[in-house]
Amino acid sequence: MQKKAYERPVIQRVQTGITSKVGAQYGNRPVTDIDGVPVKQLIERYGSPVFVLSERKIRQNLEAANRAFKTRYPKVQFAWSYKTNYLNAVCRAFHQAGSWAEVVSRFEYEKALKNGVPGPKILFNGPDKTDEDLRLAIQHDSPIHIDHLDELYRLHAIADEVDHKPRVAIRINMDTGVYPMWDRFGFNYENGQAWDALNKIMTMGKLELIGLHTHIGTYMMSASAYHIAATKMADLALGLRNRYGKVVTYIDMGGGFASHNTLKGSYLKGADAVPSMDDYAEAIASALLSAGFNQDELPWLYLETGRALIDDAGFLLGTVISNKRLSDGRKATIMDFGVNILFTSFWYDHKISPAQDSSSYAEDSVLYGPLCMNIDVVREHVTLPPLHAGDQVVVHYVGAYNITQSMQFITLRPAVVMIDHKGTPHLIKQVESLETLERGEVTPDYLNEIGL
Amino acid sequence: MAMRIKKNIALSESGFIFHPSTGDSYSVNPIGLEILNLMKAGQSSEEIKAHMLEHYRVDGDSFEKDFYDFQVMLRTYKLVEDHE
Repeated sequence: MQKKAYERPVIQRVQTGITSKVGAQYGNRPVTDIDGVPVKQLIERYGSPVFVLSERKIRQNLEAANRAFKTRYPKVQFAWSYKTNYLNAVCRAFHQAGSWAEVVSRFEYEKALKNGVPGPKILFNGPDKTDEDLRLAIQHDSPIHIDHLDELYRLHAIADEVDHKPRVAIRINMDTGVYPMWDRFGFNYENGQAWDALNKIMTMGKLELIGLHTHIGTYMMSASAYHIAATKMADLALGLRNRYGKVVTYIDMGGGFASHNTLKGSYLKGADAVPSMDDYAEAIASALLSAGFNQDELPWLYLETGRALIDDAGFLLGTVISNKRLSDGRKATIMDFGVNILFTSFWYDHKISPAQDSSSYAEDSVLYGPLCMNIDVVREHVTLPPLHAGDQVVVHYVGAYNITQSMQFITLRPAVVMIDHKGTPHLIKQVESLETLERGEVTPDYLNEIGL
Repeated sequence: MAMRIKKNIALSESGFIFHPSTGDSYSVNPIGLEILNLMKAGQSSEEIKAHMLEHYRVDGDSFEKDFYDFQVMLRTYKLVEDHE
């Protein structure tokens, strides 16, 4: 007799509380492959957990974003935000598809150079640029986005030493009607700091002002904030034209477009709650086009989009370690991946799918990671089919900020695989070992013998 | 020893359970329903285990662990007689 497939017996109380108007739970449909490569095969080959990136999706996202903006505005340039995911394979995929680089530190700058990005196509942001960093950027003719007055004064001093004018923009912060207002970076628009910095640059004449930069926030759920920001940026650009006859080459609207991840506490799923790329493009392009620029002086629009271009191209594959019952009757499932590699689980309710067939029955549970730390909660509440030890799951929307912010805390960081557009997986970062962890450590000689 | 489902508990064919004393409703998955029906028929834990191992692709240890957890929840929801 052929035996039937087994599933853990489950009973749960039927909750008759508030139901969502958008209805049914989702996410229990099994995801057994990524771009045609079976999840089981990926785990067998590269271990569990493992990050998997879809190059096809990366390129599709960039194409779609380009289409959204270039059908509305004639001069658009994307620059890949390195901090979002700076694995070289990822950066090079974006560069190959036409993106420049946007960096916020010396090592990111050097990475961009090593990846073959020409200096003038590396936008250098951030509040912490040393004199050496600035000299390197000037040497390579990169646009330097000035964050504060001390950096401006240091650039003035360095400009006296070098044989060509540093090419700069200033970062602007402003009120776009969104709370909290991001005012810690750059110069404020409303209180006159921005004009003060621009006047200093123009009257000193030591720097070549080529652009204006802003970055109004992150995971922005309102496209209209970008309309306000673009209007204010255009006002500054036109003011420079009127006051100094200066035509800036570009307006850089930064990043902050939301991905389809679901924020904790959100009533709607991320995909239903956030603006589309077309919404963002319409808000920005319409503001710039109606600002009053002469046709031949229309600035380039630079965009430093990170999260929205890669979050849904990233997956984390993992395995169930165990199930247990908590004292209050809740089901708990322990996974082999934790918050040390899934940093974004602190603010997102990541979508999680089983990677094998199961019944349509689902149960509520808490999803814990493997760390021997109480904070290691991947999902405080998730509805999944009954999972057994050894079952595999797919965590969605993990392409942004997890690989760059992951840490070797209790467990080591996993391998990262990228599946190319033909469906072939490539190892792009090896799984770490104790040797990786201890690289750079120095033990004083007197501690060589511990005498136990 | 058989764990007995309380006599007043209503169990539907689709796995819907109603507890008339408390008004609470519960749902069970198909395997849970099969186990509850075996319990209602008076089968002992050992008989239920033997039945499941005979009909499903599961080993004894795994089933025992899951069955124990299931029984804990039946007690938690007060769906079984206090004294076996």
